[in-house]
Amino acid sequence: MNRNSLFTVTGTMLCIHLPAEIDHHIANALCAEADRLIQQKHIRCVLFDFSDTTFMDSSGIGMLIGRYKLTRFMGGVIMAVNVGPRMNRILTMAGIDKIMDIFEGMPVSG
Amino acid sequence: MYQMASSETSNRILNRISNTIPNTIPDRIPDTIPDKRSNSTSDEMSNEMLLEFDSRSCNESFARVTVAAFLTQLNPTLEEVEDVKTAVSEAVTNVIIHAYPNGAGKVWIACRIRDDALYVEVRDTGCGIPDVKRAMEPLFTTRTECDRAGMGFTFMEAFMDTLEVTSEAGRGTLVRMSRRFIKAAPSQNSCDRPQAVSPSESLFIQKDKE
Repeated sequence: MNRNSLFTVTGTMLCIHLPAEIDHHIANALCAEADRLIQQKHIRCVLFDFSDTTFMDSSGIGMLIGRYKLTRFMGGVIMAVNVGPRMNRILTMAGIDKIMDIFEGMPVSG
Repeated sequence: MYQMASSETSNRILNRISNTIPNTIPDRIPDTIPDKRSNSTSDEMSNEMLLEFDSRSCNESFARVTVAAFLTQLNPTLEEVEDVKTAVSEAVTNVIIHAYPNGAGKVWIACRIRDDALYVEVRDTGCGIPDVKRAMEPLFTTRTECDRAGMGFTFMEAFMDTLEVTSEAGRGTLVRMSRRFIKAAPSQNSCDRPQAVSPSESLFIQKDKE
């Protein structure tokens, strides 16, 4: 995977390698590009990779909710992977665990 | 910050700045912006700062890092710094998204450190919040067309000890938050976070109370 690319499409899965900080400014750009790819590439699963993310405010929550609505409308799912302790706390505090699976590592397909 | 790299840059930027802002640093802050209380000068026990910047989203990171830098003198843990940065980010984002529908305005952040507590105030002179109580309800947002979770105030409440919001339609909004940073032995009661006491007066002058 090209580390310089935040967005990686594999089949109908979009993996977004989130940056270190997610705020309103950064989320806006991420949402625009994600939506473009979701619709162009008929994405059914969006993976949010939190490996490098140490900061996120409620704009990040809004980003997740918005992508959830978009993919659900097209029959897809979203999930969060490589979520660290603080990010896990924030996602759970916002109730996002009700609409997406949150993984501390990377889920193994079986 | 008034030293320009080139005259071309200088002219381009000055053309976009309102005529009311002088191109030299004024001796006193003009009446058009919220003024600091003259009697709130720091005594030996308190330490204050004031930050003013444009309500542009590219400034969100700068704003929270600046408050975090000021907070450093209280020796916070990394977690505490992230908490304060998150709360500041929420308050600043609210101003950027809501306060000035007709283009960018100014955001002011005033901070005070006193008695192991940090007091943060975020102020704007924008359109104001018609119903503050409703605005602070979790999940409420006036921007349903954007990806807004409506959790800004919820996050501020979660990460700070106190939160107080006052607003007047057409005049602006003031968000006051505080958090105490005590490095004490664990108390008998677990999960108790010390309650910071807000100073009764804002760091900003409320002009209609003068």
